[in-house]
Amino acid sequence: MMGPETPFGFESPPVREEMESLALSDAPSSDYRSAMSSSLPTAVSAASVDAGGGDPLLYPPHHLQFSPSSPAYGDGGDASSSSASSFLEPPSYADVVFSPFESQNNGGSGGADQGSFIHRDCSPRSARTAASDYLKIAVSDPQKEQETANSLVPGGATFVTYLIATRVRSAAAAGEVETGPIEFSVRRRFRDVVTLADRLAEAYRGFFVPPRPDKNVVESQVMQKHEFVEQRRSALEKYLWRLAEHPVIGKSDELRVFLQAKGKLPLPTTTDVASRMLDGAVRLPKQLFGEGPAAQVAPQDVVQPAKGGRDLLRIFKELKQAVTNDWGGVKPLLVEEDKEFLERKEKMQDLEQQLSTASQQAEALVKGQQDIGETMGELGLAFIKLTKFETEEGVYNTQKVRAADTKNVATAAVKASRLYRELNAQTVKHLDTLHEYLGLMLAVHSAFSDRASALLTVQTLMSDLTTLNTRIEKLEAASSKIFGGDSSRLRKVEELRETIRATENAKICAIKEYERIKENNRNELDRLDRERHDDFLSMLKGFVINQVGYSEKIANVWATVAEETSRYARDRN
Amino acid sequence: MISPETSPPRSSSQSPRSPPAAPFLSISVTDPVKLGNGVQAYISYRVITRTNLPEFQGPEKIVIRRYSDFVWLHDRLAEKYKGIFIPPLPEKSAVEKFRFSTEFIEMRRQALDIFINRIASHPELKQSEDLRTFLQEDEETMERARSQETGIFKKPADLIQIFKDVQTKVSDVVLGKEKPVEETDPEYEKLKHYIFGLEDHLAETQKQAFRLVKRHRELGQSLSDFGKAMKLLGACEGNSLGKVFSELGAKSELLSIKLQKEAHNLLMNFEEPLKDYVRAVQSIKVTFADRANAFRQHCELAETTKLKEINLDKLNLMRSDKVREAEMEYRELKAESEQATRRFETIVRLMNEEIVRFQEQKTADMGLAFHQFAKGQAKLANDIADAWRSVLPKIEACSVSSPHG
Repeated sequence: MMGPETPFGFESPPVREEMESLALSDAPSSDYRSAMSSSLPTAVSAASVDAGGGDPLLYPPHHLQFSPSSPAYGDGGDASSSSASSFLEPPSYADVVFSPFESQNNGGSGGADQGSFIHRDCSPRSARTAASDYLKIAVSDPQKEQETANSLVPGGATFVTYLIATRVRSAAAAGEVETGPIEFSVRRRFRDVVTLADRLAEAYRGFFVPPRPDKNVVESQVMQKHEFVEQRRSALEKYLWRLAEHPVIGKSDELRVFLQAKGKLPLPTTTDVASRMLDGAVRLPKQLFGEGPAAQVAPQDVVQPAKGGRDLLRIFKELKQAVTNDWGGVKPLLVEEDKEFLERKEKMQDLEQQLSTASQQAEALVKGQQDIGETMGELGLAFIKLTKFETEEGVYNTQKVRAADTKNVATAAVKASRLYRELNAQTVKHLDTLHEYLGLMLAVHSAFSDRASALLTVQTLMSDLTTLNTRIEKLEAASSKIFGGDSSRLRKVEELRETIRATENAKICAIKEYERIKENNRNELDRLDRERHDDFLSMLKGFVINQVGYSEKIANVWATVAEETSRYARDRN
Repeated sequence: MISPETSPPRSSSQSPRSPPAAPFLSISVTDPVKLGNGVQAYISYRVITRTNLPEFQGPEKIVIRRYSDFVWLHDRLAEKYKGIFIPPLPEKSAVEKFRFSTEFIEMRRQALDIFINRIASHPELKQSEDLRTFLQEDEETMERARSQETGIFKKPADLIQIFKDVQTKVSDVVLGKEKPVEETDPEYEKLKHYIFGLEDHLAETQKQAFRLVKRHRELGQSLSDFGKAMKLLGACEGNSLGKVFSELGAKSELLSIKLQKEAHNLLMNFEEPLKDYVRAVQSIKVTFADRANAFRQHCELAETTKLKEINLDKLNLMRSDKVREAEMEYRELKAESEQATRRFETIVRLMNEEIVRFQEQKTADMGLAFHQFAKGQAKLANDIADAWRSVLPKIEACSVSSPHG
């Protein structure tokens, strides 16, 4: 049993007593904007971020000291604790259970559903949110707009734009020099989100970049329009928050520009595959036949993966390298040797599998709880009708007694049904963490694949160098047989040496990039482990406390009825 | 064969001086055993009778009976005790019989036990000779008695009754009577309306109760699967967090078992009584039909008798030699008519008493069922709270020890 500092000192919820109104009334939804702003920590220790150039390798420290300005906790809350135990603080039961965060209005500005993000004062989630530059991001007000004159389809296709309102923590974070506006609001369409996601993927290789919402091409046609739009709006909001919470990406220019730049999104758009291929095809002949710069891989290109780019020759070369790696007899000159990484990678795969199962079973559990609540409610309703009937048509005293007994059971059943529903709503929020982390596994795959493709680039360049050196050797050997030297061959050798120098440079860049990505992987894995530990613990705690609290309430409801009907058991004996 | 009970019988083993032991008749239906093979398989039960009543062969008697024996007893009582609400039997259920699940067998046994004891505690029914036959005769006698009743061909008496019913219906039409003769007692009308309405409401509650049982089972299954998944996740996570997951998973599996138990409890002690209630109401409807028949017969015979009387007077005046014959016929008919009237009045009287008993019994039965329901739910909820609460210390331990490398 828990000690004296039980977290369950709570006031009884506003459950209605009247049986007649069976429509579920929700507990008054708290204005969570105020809950959020009032509960945010007042002091945040300065994160030691290297402001200059945003070196991606530096992170703010995870542990933050803050003094919760929140409502006083139940008995014996240890408020003076270090940050490590700050999220242990048993939240006041009433808060955890009876202040639902879901908004009642569709995409209401500011009051929109934040999902599982802003639970509580002391959840590890809110510690991360507190570290973000952004105070608030809200997506709302979907509007239909016409495609401009550029559209191929006469009459214009329509698309939906969303209003994105942001509040930043401080002017400095907004990139403003002075005390400029710290509130922004822009209109964006989904295509812009795709662009943002693509640019981030390019810029932050090796990071666990939160995956963007799906394009849902099929659903957008099939679902009810407003349902689909609402689903997308909510998904966008979650996505932007995740970006904002990421210690590195949250401070990125791309995100800032997306959230703050009025008008058209000033990020380079993703061109389609066809035009990339076309551009690449133009270059290819020069690359194959050409000498000189066209044939070389520019060092700046090397930091991007070959796939999806315009350099067809490079794509082919790396493909060839990949095949050689798998099938060739010779081991490549550089391989993934980092044992620790390989172990962690395996662990990630295992985790993904278990998360998938757990996520499924969590959904089944939620459904089970929902069903039992519903049926309990219907049973109560049936008993109410029976009571009414007996009361109206009753003649004998025994009937009156029975009607009274039935009414008690009916009331209890309806109460229990309501409690089950509330329990379930909270359960959904807690177990959502499982679904989230399952989604995050996509980002992990991406980051690992960044690493693999960077390695492939290095391997390819190294193979190139080997090939080039071999050619030089051959040429020199051939030319030395000719008396007086072979000027054309020697010229060739010179060119090759040029190429080798350029390729060496490229290789150095590629290796740097590879190392950088490896470092990012490592840091992100550490971060994932830390955050996952905290989030899972928080989830389990919340889940358990929720179950305990509601089960006790349900037990009380039935205990009363059992007491009231105990004489029947005595009589029988 | 209603033998009026005048004074409490004395137990033969008691000395005349000592106060007479309270009469008791207590029966248990136990020990279901599956016999026979395939399609002809059936369940036999041990019926143990303990009594101090002199009408019985001794203080304790054990016989073997099967479901169709109970049906025989029920039908005989229904035949002879019109006006009394005969306690209902559990359904025949031709389909489930083949599967004979443990649960089905237990439910049936319980229902049969309740059935026979209700008969034994009914002031009129307990004196029935058929009951004594059922409780005491050996299996062969029982089988003989049973096979006389069953079979495709009904008894001659039944056939005649059916024929008569058809006759009266036809004559009604012929005589231009559109509606069959019915009582117009307003209180009786109210009762009928009540019973029919009650059946509908009860059927609905029983349906929901059965669904609730299913939901418990389903939730139990989900908890079991969830628990397993949590354990696996714990194994993957390792260290103290992994232990928390494992503990959570273990508790989840534990609760799954508790939910299955409660589902069974709900079925036997809440849903079954509701079903029993529905059956009882249906039994009352049978009595309504009996009463309607008796009323009709009484009316018709009264009518026919009057006609005969008029005819007789006519013959008397005419000093016809058919007078004697007619007089005899008239007397016979009058006797029959009086009998029919008495039968009808008996049914009315019995029904009035039965309704009171019925209401009392149902209040007690439902009260107990509600109590079991509430008790079970309270216990389940407490078990759930306890199980989850026991995980908290591990969670606390995990948070305190620094998990970060």
